[in-house]
Amino acid sequence: MTLWRGIWAGIALIALGLTIFATVPAGWLWPPQAMHLPFAAWLSAGMKWLTDSAAIGPVTVKGLTRAFATLIEAPYEVVKVLLVDGITEGKGRRATTIIPPLSWVAVTVAAVALGHYARSIWLGLLAGALMAYLAIFGQWDSAMVTLASIAIAVPLGVVGGVVQGIAAWRWRWVERVLTPILDLMQTIPTFAFLVPILVLFGFGPVAALLATIIYAMPPMVRVTVVALRAVPSEIVDFANMAGCTPWQRMRKVMLPVALPDLMVGVNQVIMLSLNMVIIASMIGAGGLGADVLESLRRLNIGGGVEAGLAITALAVVLDRLSQAMSERVARSEPRKGNWWRRHPRTTIVLAVTLATGALGYLIPALQDWPKAWQITTKPFWSDLIAHINVNYFDQLEAVRVWFLETLLLPVKRFFLALPWPFLLAVLTLAGWRLGGLRLAALVLALGLFIAASGLWEQAMITVYLCGLSVVLAMVIGVPLGILAASNQTAGRIIGTVVDTLQTLPSFVYLIPVVMLFRVGDFSAMIAVVLFALVPAVKYTAHGLRSVPAELIEAGVVCGCTRGQILRKVRLPMAVPMILLGLNQTILLALSMLVITALVGTRDLGQEVYAALATADVGRGLVAGLAVAAIAIIADRLIGVAASRARAKLAAT
Amino acid sequence: MKMGYPMAFAALAVSAGAAFAEVESTDPIKLTLHDWTGQLITTNIMAAVLEEAGYNVELVQADYLAQFAGLETGDLHVAMEIWETTGREAMDAATATGNVVVMGETGMLAKEEWWYPEYMKEKCPGLPDWQALNDCAEQFATPETAPKGRYLGGPVTWGGFDEERVAALGLNYEVIHAGTDAAMFAELESAYQRQAPILLWVYAPHWAPQKFKGEWVEFPPYEPACYTDPAWGPNPQATHDCGKPFGPIWKVAYKGLAEKWPGAAKAVEAFRIDNDTMGGMIAKVDLEGQSVEDVVDEWMTANEALWTSWIE
Repeated sequence: MTLWRGIWAGIALIALGLTIFATVPAGWLWPPQAMHLPFAAWLSAGMKWLTDSAAIGPVTVKGLTRAFATLIEAPYEVVKVLLVDGITEGKGRRATTIIPPLSWVAVTVAAVALGHYARSIWLGLLAGALMAYLAIFGQWDSAMVTLASIAIAVPLGVVGGVVQGIAAWRWRWVERVLTPILDLMQTIPTFAFLVPILVLFGFGPVAALLATIIYAMPPMVRVTVVALRAVPSEIVDFANMAGCTPWQRMRKVMLPVALPDLMVGVNQVIMLSLNMVIIASMIGAGGLGADVLESLRRLNIGGGVEAGLAITALAVVLDRLSQAMSERVARSEPRKGNWWRRHPRTTIVLAVTLATGALGYLIPALQDWPKAWQITTKPFWSDLIAHINVNYFDQLEAVRVWFLETLLLPVKRFFLALPWPFLLAVLTLAGWRLGGLRLAALVLALGLFIAASGLWEQAMITVYLCGLSVVLAMVIGVPLGILAASNQTAGRIIGTVVDTLQTLPSFVYLIPVVMLFRVGDFSAMIAVVLFALVPAVKYTAHGLRSVPAELIEAGVVCGCTRGQILRKVRLPMAVPMILLGLNQTILLALSMLVITALVGTRDLGQEVYAALATADVGRGLVAGLAVAAIAIIADRLIGVAASRARAKLAAT
Repeated sequence: MKMGYPMAFAALAVSAGAAFAEVESTDPIKLTLHDWTGQLITTNIMAAVLEEAGYNVELVQADYLAQFAGLETGDLHVAMEIWETTGREAMDAATATGNVVVMGETGMLAKEEWWYPEYMKEKCPGLPDWQALNDCAEQFATPETAPKGRYLGGPVTWGGFDEERVAALGLNYEVIHAGTDAAMFAELESAYQRQAPILLWVYAPHWAPQKFKGEWVEFPPYEPACYTDPAWGPNPQATHDCGKPFGPIWKVAYKGLAEKWPGAAKAVEAFRIDNDTMGGMIAKVDLEGQSVEDVVDEWMTANEALWTSWIE
């Protein structure tokens, strides 16, 4: 142990020395030109072949994907008619409504009924209040467009995820193939695959839906595999003895048993789909995401905040309802009588829908919340930012300059001065120490890919910006997590703030941040830290809360003070969980890269963004893969470290 | 096409007044919408005119540059604003495939140049002449750029040759790139609120020069030779020793438009509007808070004679 500590300390010293004193020969600092492989050209050519001439038998690939798009579009159109358009005659400006869409009253009542069904009337009222909020603040129409696309993306993501999950559980080789694909789906910035999707599936809501599904599906696959593995073997054996066919065993025994776990995956799919709302609106999804973008484009900060909070409201409704569903124990409610007595909630919702639909012709307020009654907080937000800007800009500027000069610039210089063979060697060594030869080979291969892609400088800027943001997020997030775990009131407040940060599109706060801190790395860092903070807080709090009570009691019996219990018992026990949180923090920080490009950084995110702007498929995918490579290296190294920490805990 | 009662009724009502134009196809023509107000107005006017002519129109949200993929395959049909200054490269690449055709100019001219708020003239009396910039470099400096002045350029992807311009004209300035124009104008708004110095890239038609009082820096006027011939201009050793080019805003369409909807193609080609009219409409939407639909309706009623000539 001490030997290794010495070796690591030595490496750190060499790194410092190299970056400060040594003049590195050319080709050692950044990978030489001769090493670069034209990945981008290959990918572009491959993509062109795929879209122009690839065929399976007589059917072209493009024809196939287009047919698939039509298939998805049909149910989307139905939901949209129900929630947004109603049935109309004619198009565009000449359209006349014959049957209106569901009224805001009907949808709100349905939300209340769902909440009541899933848990209690209180949940129902919360859901109803948030839906009413959407109507009162004039966000209804856009929110329904967004809800319509979520209503299609989530079931497709869930079904696709479960099917792949079952296949991966059933056949080992499927899992082996799927795992790296899932990793890539989650780590390549969505922007990188937007252009291929547009080419294959056409413009409009379907392409946006597919991009959303690709981003939101991977957790469902993983959860399904884990959930099926966790089904007790006795139950499986029993099903076999009862003479079930494999299909019956899956459908009637295993899936029902795994249902509570599967619902966790459903919840994840919903939340990730909502995270995609902004990016999806860039390729034709419309709805709240488009409102946010358009407001901020004309610096209507209030408009952006309101549309952003509407996304959060929608997220809270869907999150709470789906969580309650997953916890809902199959309460049997034996009711007698005819159909409407056995289904009182459905009856009420149907009655309200018909009643408001009919009465809406006479009293328009029942159909659409009247414009005159809408409330707005828009001026408040703009005035708030203006006030801070006018009165405190100098102080904020001083903070910014201090951070820039003492922290950001030195770290950036350090990473840019590290010779690449040295960094690769250190990473490979770490991989070998932590996970053996296979991990070392993986790390080395991914590192060489980055070196050969010709994006080493951008990759180093990425590592510097994300690395620093992750450190800051942990420094802020872990204490907040400790506070949340040790005090109920604080826990509730912090929980709300963290949930809002997770679902509020970062674009909403990015523009005010730029107004106060100018464009550049510091603004980017604030945005990344705010977003990546969430798992740091959540995992720390969760880890501390799940320390077994016996251990804490044992500490109390030994006469430990509260501080000692925290430091000596609870924190060490929570380390594996906190490491998992760190892992998630890194992944979230990397997923924010493209957003940081919007405030003028020069990292891999900028490369992806620039590729999108020039519709250069290959260049975007290569930069996206480089981001994925960094993410996977970090993920594997920390993942192994976490499981070793867990093993060590179990041993002591 | 299925025609319900209201539709048939509307058709009757129209044919009673003017002849209801027979259109070649009632399949929807897809026009792209981007995220800046001027483009929303242009596109909505075009859509309204095409609808008046009897066509079915669909408005599709699409990214400014990503839309070319759709225009090449025929998923999208018409894009109303491709700026000479920012979209030329992508437009040329698309027309080179043979699937996209340029439908002429919109009549609007894109102007972009270095810009400063009016209150900076007191602090730097030599403006708008570019030679005054070096005397005021300290005024425009921030802690990271000092003693150089700070010039906030557009996103890297916009090009614009600002680094070259700074070098060729010997300007004591550092070019900082904003990532998006939203970020760029956020800085302008922030500085304007504090009446603080700022020098940045502003373009028109846009709401910013309508909302904020200010002026464009006057560089030696652009000529094509300036970008290619070092001998041209004040610096005989370097290219780019001049201002930025002005250019038209173009309309483009999928080549199939003229085949399937020849009448619509003619209307798109005929579309013309000028900078001042557009600037006024942008201001109504962005500064006075009117909706795009209302502004477009107003224009349609006021200019009936003009747009009917497009669809004759």
